Amino acid sequence: MKIRIIALLILLVGAGLAYFAYLPTFPFHLGLDLSGGTHLVYKADISGIQSGEVKNSIEALRDIIERRVNLFGVSEPRVQSISAGDEERLIVDLPGVTDVSQAVALIGQTPVLEFKTEAPLDSEERASAMTAEEEILRLIQEGGEPSAELLKEADGFYQNTSLTGRFLQRASVQFDQSGVGLVQEPQVLLAFDKEGAEMFAQITSENVGKTVAIYLDGAPISTPVVIQPITDGNAVISGTFTPQGARELVGRLNAGALPVPIELLSTQSIGATLGHTAVEEGLRAGLIGLALVAIFMLVWYRLPGLVSVLALAVYVSIMLTLFKLLPVTLTASGIAGFILTIGMAVDANVLIFERMKEELRKGKRLEDSVREGFKRAWPSIRDGNFTSIMTAIILFYTSTSLIQGFALTFGIGVLVSMLSAILVTRVFLLALPLVENRGWRYLFNS
Amino acid sequence: MFAIRHKNLILSIIVILMVASVFVIGYFGLKQGIDFTGGAYLEISYRSEEVRPSAIEAEKSLSSLNLGSIIVQPVGDSSLAIRTRPLTEVEHSELLIALNILPLNEDIKEEQYSSIGPSIGAELKQKAGLGILLVILAVIIYVAIVFRKGSKVVPGWLYGVITIITLLHDILIPTAVFAVLGYYMNVEIDALFVTALLAIMGYSINDTIIVFDRTRENLQKASEKEQKENFAEIVGKSLNETIGRSIFTSLTTLIVLASLLIIGSGSTFWFALTLTIGIVAGAYSSILVASPLLVVLQSSYKGSK
Repeated sequence: MKIRIIALLILLVGAGLAYFAYLPTFPFHLGLDLSGGTHLVYKADISGIQSGEVKNSIEALRDIIERRVNLFGVSEPRVQSISAGDEERLIVDLPGVTDVSQAVALIGQTPVLEFKTEAPLDSEERASAMTAEEEILRLIQEGGEPSAELLKEADGFYQNTSLTGRFLQRASVQFDQSGVGLVQEPQVLLAFDKEGAEMFAQITSENVGKTVAIYLDGAPISTPVVIQPITDGNAVISGTFTPQGARELVGRLNAGALPVPIELLSTQSIGATLGHTAVEEGLRAGLIGLALVAIFMLVWYRLPGLVSVLALAVYVSIMLTLFKLLPVTLTASGIAGFILTIGMAVDANVLIFERMKEELRKGKRLEDSVREGFKRAWPSIRDGNFTSIMTAIILFYTSTSLIQGFALTFGIGVLVSMLSAILVTRVFLLALPLVENRGWRYLFNS
Repeated sequence: MFAIRHKNLILSIIVILMVASVFVIGYFGLKQGIDFTGGAYLEISYRSEEVRPSAIEAEKSLSSLNLGSIIVQPVGDSSLAIRTRPLTEVEHSELLIALNILPLNEDIKEEQYSSIGPSIGAELKQKAGLGILLVILAVIIYVAIVFRKGSKVVPGWLYGVITIITLLHDILIPTAVFAVLGYYMNVEIDALFVTALLAIMGYSINDTIIVFDRTRENLQKASEKEQKENFAEIVGKSLNETIGRSIFTSLTTLIVLASLLIIGSGSTFWFALTLTIGIVAGAYSSILVASPLLVVLQSSYKGSK
């Protein structure tokens, strides 16, 4: 009686898990190859960093890239740092982003903000540099790119100061309230930290009546004239922005410069339609495979076959629930691995049922045959699955993230299926009223 | 048992098959995908078959980009696959512009893009090699443990050696098939291929172990009862007793693989194909290689003593 209660319980739990797996409220975690998205692998150039500092720098790098990636508004971006041999790598996963160029540009750019003052020049040099400078500003305002020669020519006009974006505490967008027109001009407000504020105060007080240039990534974006010394540590860049442009600049400035130079090693991007097709294919292949295996087991083993199909259903429910709860990120290869385990899950049942038949042929009673079948088949099941689990573990540790998906579903699948095929099938079979007569023997295909 | 009765003929065929496989792999070589060599792969889809340019036209429009050798192949009904050396993001955008994918429009889309640096490729090769080595090692250790107890008639290590030979057969066959596919159909091997090989190794060994487990059991029974049964007969009997289950276990796995083969497209198809070939090879090798070889090697082992 007890075993029948357990059997009923397993059925109920199985049905519960199946329902949970079906509930769309808890979605499956789909890998980039299924959801569509971009997978980037960067190498961090740590040659210029002391060995003790590497870990901190990489962490800082990861944080900054994470902030930049968040600007993308992606649902679940993932930035991961890993060590590969003596190399430090950064893996960036952007679900839903298929515009690789834009993503790479956003992550890789290092905004360099510089403040420059007028250099002491003779009037002729001054004139030519000034023309170049104006030309650059005009170009940038029109959305163009100044040429390298132009930049070089203008360069002599200003000289570097020690004030850079490093001393920036915060950048923000504000709209010019003084304007009379309908369109309010966006401005970028820079707040320096204490050190920066002192430097800025010094620069402005030394250059009253002259221009101070604000350079972004090597090109001047604004050259305001200093009217009076500014000591509160706030500067305003105005005049050249669209609202969108101002917001982007602020985002970039706040995200900060990368502490470690990075190099793009590999890029993978998959369109959403392709991923969608892969999910559908996997689902269909899984269902058809499941149905075919069920038919085979039913036809070949009859009643025990039916029991193994029930156990298989419990197995599938457990796996799908685990995928959601752990969670396991499903990839195309991961789904293939799971489908493969559906075929392998009944292997244990095949071994047990064959052994049962053997015992029945020897003239044993049904119940004894069932018990004997499980007992005798166990060592070969254990041995057989051992190498598969070992393979999954080795694969998991020696492969890239997409293959890890396979290793994970395959490994968990083999382990869970071993338990479900043995325990669940055993409980179900022993819960049956095994009466010694021809009918029951027929049902056991003996 | 037919496999034991005709063991010489069967083993000769198997040896010829294995030698031929090694020859085929050596002669054709394996066509390595960008996973291993580094390179870029692009798949673009057109609105319909009619608007898809021919491979030559597409190649022409890219010729000015200076990307080295470019291979363009039609895929499916309305897509093109493009293979080049690894690209920088700037080169990638130039390529997209040349193909009229940028600026973004409804007619032509980039479905898939990967660019893998040569260092990543080399590393993957290394990792794949390490993975295969570790799995072989795990199998050897495992076999050594399972068969540590031999008997007077068969030492434990002999089972181990035969298991490894069978394993070798099981991965040589799919590898040779992919060498041929690569040569005639440009099918490339990728990280998934290596994964499939490892999975085959982990799985195929089961059947062999089930047969040998039974052989050992029957040998022990025979020696306890002091029956004067011929060694070959006992092996044949053991094989007879287990052949059903070793075929059925492979069969259930092959059933689901068949559904993957029929429905799966792209990389999933080739992955399923590798597994299918390997598991078929593993199924017949446990019957046609392992036990006949045991009889042959056992007699020469006894002869040498």
